[in-house]
Amino acid sequence: MRLTRFLSKNWLLTYAALYVAFLYAPVILLPLFAFNESTIIAFPLTGFTTKWFTVLFESTALHQAVKNSLIIGVVTAVLSTILGTCAARAMVRFGFPFKRGIVSFIMLPLVLPEIIVAVALLVLLMQLGFPLSIWTVIGGHVLICVPFSVAILSSAFQGLDKNLEEASLDLGETGWGTFRRVIFPLILPGVISSLLITFTISLDEFIIAFFLTGTDVTLPVYIWSQLRFPAKLPSVMALGTILLVLSVLLLVLGEWFRRRSAKQQGLDPASGGGFMQ
Amino acid sequence: MTQNPIIDIKNVHKSFGKVEALKGVNLRIEEGEFFSLLGPSGCGKTTLLRMIAGFEEPTSGAVIIGGEPMMGIPANKRPTNMVFQSYAIFPHLSVSDNVGYGLAKKKMSRSEIAEEVNNALAMVDLVGYGDRSAHELSGGQRQRVALARALVMKPRVVLLDEPLSALDKKLREQMQIELRELQQSVGITFILVTHDQEEALIMSDRIAVLFEGEIAQVATPQTLYQQPVNERVASFIGVMNFLQAQATESADGGLGLEIPALGDVAIAKAARPEDLPAASIDRIGVRPEMLTILFDESDHAECESEGVVVGASYYGDMTYYSVQLPETEELTTVSMRNTAGRSIVASGTKVRIGWGADSIVLFS
Repeated sequence: MRLTRFLSKNWLLTYAALYVAFLYAPVILLPLFAFNESTIIAFPLTGFTTKWFTVLFESTALHQAVKNSLIIGVVTAVLSTILGTCAARAMVRFGFPFKRGIVSFIMLPLVLPEIIVAVALLVLLMQLGFPLSIWTVIGGHVLICVPFSVAILSSAFQGLDKNLEEASLDLGETGWGTFRRVIFPLILPGVISSLLITFTISLDEFIIAFFLTGTDVTLPVYIWSQLRFPAKLPSVMALGTILLVLSVLLLVLGEWFRRRSAKQQGLDPASGGGFMQ
Repeated sequence: MTQNPIIDIKNVHKSFGKVEALKGVNLRIEEGEFFSLLGPSGCGKTTLLRMIAGFEEPTSGAVIIGGEPMMGIPANKRPTNMVFQSYAIFPHLSVSDNVGYGLAKKKMSRSEIAEEVNNALAMVDLVGYGDRSAHELSGGQRQRVALARALVMKPRVVLLDEPLSALDKKLREQMQIELRELQQSVGITFILVTHDQEEALIMSDRIAVLFEGEIAQVATPQTLYQQPVNERVASFIGVMNFLQAQATESADGGLGLEIPALGDVAIAKAARPEDLPAASIDRIGVRPEMLTILFDESDHAECESEGVVVGASYYGDMTYYSVQLPETEELTTVSMRNTAGRSIVASGTKVRIGWGADSIVLFS
């Protein structure tokens, strides 16, 4: 009786609590089983161990996958942020023929099913006789990351006072110098946000990587291949734990940096250009 | 006028799509002048300023600065520097770095730049503020930084786009005087864009009044106030009463004016604008301070008429009376200085109004 009364009075709170539990419970299971001694993923827990982490460190195939993923992630982040910066600037600052159509085309991969992009790219590369390598994965990842970069950076460009650029030109600076000395420092928080987001997207992207990767597997593809062996499951959990900690660190770092630079410019840290608002 | 003005604008047109922002503007601005472009918003004054700065190109016509045609020369190659309405202080740089921004492109040593920056900061009364960042400054201080940043470049012309509009009244009045003094001490040509006629009168050597992309009048503040060329200029600058009138040619070359609301008066030939036929006059202007309420029996003026006070606005130093004059529907404004011992005239009081031939403004 008391429970029903509590639920009817605090239904919103109950809903929120259940929602959060549903969202994060699986994530909490990850580190829980990563330190569990048994190879079987089931309760009750059998004892504390770090041996699954040791297994990870001794696996050369994993090291290669991590290396591939890092290279792909970094190159994808840099390339898509450069392309995104150019596109966002053109979008915000200039008017040109077929602007809406061109912008829609750039943003399209955001809503296109990844499996379709992946298959289409694979067919295309096969037809062209292009060998699959980490570079084909990078190509695919840049395609899906650019829209995110454009979205983040166009909000950074929108916050930029047009008069600042004019003031710089008026003071004798060239167009490129203006970008280097005024525009870039002011959109830097957005650039860093874009780098982090696109890196993270590339790092955990599976479908495109699976189709285009050839023999150089990425980390998600490696994890997927390991899931076929039940004995390897705990070490996958350990790997998941490490990735979880790293992602959180990365996000916190990015947000800290953004807030710091927003504060330096006397802006409200809660506004504009960030992805954790 | 000298042969070589610092800025010569020749028959400039500017269209934005179908909108014609400037319709054939001709303007010569002399070296060392404090020149204002005055007009209501949307009259094209900012477009004209941006054209001088190099942010807009004329659709047709020429902008000549210091004898050189500026066609195709971008803003960073022009001998002009601008103070923006939003100040456009670089938010990620300190005050010193803002002021020294343009000097970095010149071939100067670090110590020379530091010295120039300090001199510029001293000029605008901001000594010791160099290390502050832009967001730590008040509106008035930002305005000074923007000014120092322009002056440090030693431009031939400083362009000011409504630089004081964001400041509160007291600070604005103080800056108007400071800016004027600064301009006189450095001797650089200043061009100010403003919609505030009082500001233009206080600061300028000469003023150009623009309406809808055309220059209505270019004159000194005094001439503009006392002899506006038409009713539109007259009502834009200060307060002006308009009264019906009829004129006849008189034998000495002057005019005989019949003003039903005030009475008759003779205008001497010298006071009559050239090429103004008597038949074309149907309205005349009178400034509020050119009409006087004659309080005492013993007060007399060149001409006198009668009216009834309908209302009064008390401004502290002045009182503005609304007076109903005979034979006119509109109320006439009369301003009186509030001297010691003078009380405000109550509504409904019949008063004698004193005026003279000098009070009348004729429009050609």
